[in-house]
Amino acid sequence: MDSLALAIGVPLIAALAAAAFPARAQALGLAGALATTVASLQVTALVWQQGSLRSEPGGWGAPLGLALQADGLSAALIAMTALVALATAIYASGYFRPGNRPREFWPLWLLLWTALNGTFLAADLFNLYVNMELLGLAAAALGALGGQPAAVAASLRYLLIGLLGSMTYLLGVALVYTAYGTLDMDLVAAALRPGPVAGTAMVLMTGGLALKAALFPLHFWLPPAHANATAPVSAALSALVVKAAFYLVLRLWLDVFTPLVTPAAAHLIGLLGAAAVVWGSWRALRAERLKLLAAYSTVAQIGYLCLFFPLLQATPPGTAREDLLAALVLMALTHGFAKSGLFLAAGLVQQSAGHDRIKELGGTAQHLPATTFSIALAGTALIGLPPSGSFIGKWLLMTSAVQTGQWWWIAAVMTGTLLAAAYVFRVLGQAFNLEPTPRRFLTQGRTELPALLLALTSVAVLGLAARPLWQLLQPGGAA
Amino acid sequence: MSLDSLLPASILLSSLLPGAFIFLVPEENHLLRGVLNMSGALLKLLLVGVMIWGVFHGHVYETRLTLAPGLDLVLHADALSVLFVTLSSVLWLVTTIYAIGYLEHSPNRSRFFGFFSLCVSATVGIALAGNLLSFVIFYEILTLATYPLVAHRGTPEATRGARVYLAYTMAGGALLLVGAVWLRALTGPVDFVQGGMLTGLHLEHQGQLIAIFLLLIAGLGVKAALVPLHGWLPQSMVAPAPVSSLLHAVAVVKAGAFGIVRVVYDVYGVQLAASLGLLSVLGILASGTILYGSIKALSQDGLKKRLAYSTVSQVSYIALGASILGPVATIGGLVHLVHQGIMKITLFFCAGNYAETLGIHRVSEMNGVGRRMPWTTLAFSVGALGMIGIPPIAGFVSKWYLGLGAVAAEAHWVLLILAASSLLNAAYFLPILYRAWFCPTPETWPEEQIPPRRLETSGALLWPPLITAAFCLLAGLLAAAPFSPLEWAELIARREYGL
Repeated sequence: MDSLALAIGVPLIAALAAAAFPARAQALGLAGALATTVASLQVTALVWQQGSLRSEPGGWGAPLGLALQADGLSAALIAMTALVALATAIYASGYFRPGNRPREFWPLWLLLWTALNGTFLAADLFNLYVNMELLGLAAAALGALGGQPAAVAASLRYLLIGLLGSMTYLLGVALVYTAYGTLDMDLVAAALRPGPVAGTAMVLMTGGLALKAALFPLHFWLPPAHANATAPVSAALSALVVKAAFYLVLRLWLDVFTPLVTPAAAHLIGLLGAAAVVWGSWRALRAERLKLLAAYSTVAQIGYLCLFFPLLQATPPGTAREDLLAALVLMALTHGFAKSGLFLAAGLVQQSAGHDRIKELGGTAQHLPATTFSIALAGTALIGLPPSGSFIGKWLLMTSAVQTGQWWWIAAVMTGTLLAAAYVFRVLGQAFNLEPTPRRFLTQGRTELPALLLALTSVAVLGLAARPLWQLLQPGGAA
Repeated sequence: MSLDSLLPASILLSSLLPGAFIFLVPEENHLLRGVLNMSGALLKLLLVGVMIWGVFHGHVYETRLTLAPGLDLVLHADALSVLFVTLSSVLWLVTTIYAIGYLEHSPNRSRFFGFFSLCVSATVGIALAGNLLSFVIFYEILTLATYPLVAHRGTPEATRGARVYLAYTMAGGALLLVGAVWLRALTGPVDFVQGGMLTGLHLEHQGQLIAIFLLLIAGLGVKAALVPLHGWLPQSMVAPAPVSSLLHAVAVVKAGAFGIVRVVYDVYGVQLAASLGLLSVLGILASGTILYGSIKALSQDGLKKRLAYSTVSQVSYIALGASILGPVATIGGLVHLVHQGIMKITLFFCAGNYAETLGIHRVSEMNGVGRRMPWTTLAFSVGALGMIGIPPIAGFVSKWYLGLGAVAAEAHWVLLILAASSLLNAAYFLPILYRAWFCPTPETWPEEQIPPRRLETSGALLWPPLITAAFCLLAGLLAAAPFSPLEWAELIARREYGL
């Protein structure tokens, strides 16, 4: 079996196994997580060596069949998904207490992972639709897992919004199929002619995906859904699921609808991104609960990623553009690690304090030093301070803004940075108080370490050792 | 990889790694924490010694880590970085001893010393940064590492002070970042080059270069406490005394002043900065700050507040030296980087001793304290007289060279500033000395915590100010000796001006 199919097949089989043997769901789930990580990293390693991969399981090739492909972009996201999901799975195994419905968690978790890998690897537009649908269903079910009325209501809304987004996307896919008779991304890209049909298809598909990616002003569903889910689920929703929809927008704009990407269209995305940065950061600053703060911060971070669109559009192909794309991916990865670390840490705070109201967290922050430290590290990455990966991302983003003469994006980036500093330190300031000194740095390794490692990765690893990412994204592969 | 390329990184790691481990040390394990602290500080000092020797003999030490294509994190030792690295490593050792004594019974020591070490690592990074990107990275890390130290006490005033500190430094960091990115986009990688990185070729962008300079100076001016960007400094006086010493003498304020020196000499080049008219802007800012800080200091009754405004004033001598064209003024500014550090740290140690031993926080409570704590007060007097510029203490040397440099550059107004500032310094320091030595001792002290035994206070508190006061005297008396701060500043000036 080829490695691309394995990266989707392994989590799917593990999900079925965990569903079939609920008594052993956790053990099977952890084993499945480990196996999926290995399968995913193998894809990344192969892309590293060969540049890109393509396979056609079942033997039905393009234009109609089922095809999978991977390039540097998908390989980077698959690796991030693997590491974040593995760490979150280990955390979950220590986080859930009996009666907290861990049995339903594991099959859904692995199903979510299947859909994520499927999205990153799909080579045709309909296959993408199927994976997106699966992703939406698994995510909504996971979100409702906690069982509180607020969580169920938010997840139901999330599900309906997701369906609306998928339907809109599907309409675009139908238009494309009618016009060009194929759904394979490469073939559509080759056949595409600018015109009303292609334009409408692009608007419909982008709009549907923007809804799923919570691009401002379509972000309204995200904060309640992400803030009310249980901690491991929030981490996956914010760090991974939103990224999958964003990945698709990027993929479509870069590889499929290339001739249709006009300065005006790119600027529109950039403007929405700038609005998301400012609005999301502002709402995060005003949020009273830690998890709500983290959720609004996701809205802002998606905004940063959108700021790259007008810059990419204005930069001619060459090293400057490759740098810019790498910076975009680096920021997405950094956010993935930082936000999952933040949500996992927030979950521990919530579990320990019984609530997550920021103003009353002082004592808890004081007696969980490792968790507070994770929040601080993740916060550093969310603000975009060095040595985090997002600092490099923002540096390159702003350099490009100067070089392409689009100064105004710098104002948005700096406003977001200062607001982010304000909301992160609003939380961290609580950790300095007159409560008694904690005795130890770590209190419960199984949950605190994954959060700490994720946050640390976003700062130290992605900030200081991100160079291989550039090699991975090179069209011809690194080796 | 050769040993030469490992040395800058080792100097950085000699405090970074112990710092990371200190976070994990259980609170009650004094011994392990002390060993980690002291071994890091001593090892760093040893490595810095090697570096001084090498740089003097023209060795090149450079560690380079590529973050992304075209973005390198560079640690590079030149004469200027060695000056700052040496200052911070020596004072770190002294401050660590002092802090161990000062915080003996207070909570959260592992957290404190962890961030303390991070803070010094960031300072060393700033000193050794070989390009503007690396400088910005360590400059921001310094902000992050000092915030927990300012907030350390955990009282509402402490968290408020820390919030103000953060607001100022984050905004400053943002300006610096925008300036650095803009310059990078305009000219490519901004390496620090002796004599200046920019050349006449860049003059076609004259307007942009001026704007960038102003952004950079504004960003650096926040930490260097240039008026009107100084508001955080008096507020962050709520921090424990070792932190104040660190903020004022070793790390934060110095990082800002050092950055200004770097931008003037090694990015723009002093000639180009002068021809763009930027030196006069800097000179006016620095002079205004010198006078404003001194005048504000006059009316402060809180001892630490008075010292804080004195810092605002004194640090601007460094910027003033950089703003006068000519090697002699450069020497005066650079040597003050060291001299202000050792004098001000002495004063803050002494202020901490008064507070810890007798509960004295105000100038008005200091009557007759010289009889109760003669050694501390002696050290305080050396620092204060040095600040005024009385020979043979270090501060005199700085002012002398600044004055000579001003005359050489025909900037006679600087002499007026120096004279006015010295008078003001005398006006706010001499009354303190008079009270301490000559006013009658009160019946009781505000809050006597350490009773007099063989020593007037605990040894770990007493020795550090005595040592640094001795440095102040030696730096003045032996100014002409090899490897004195003055000699080293002359070496830097020769290399910057290509003499």
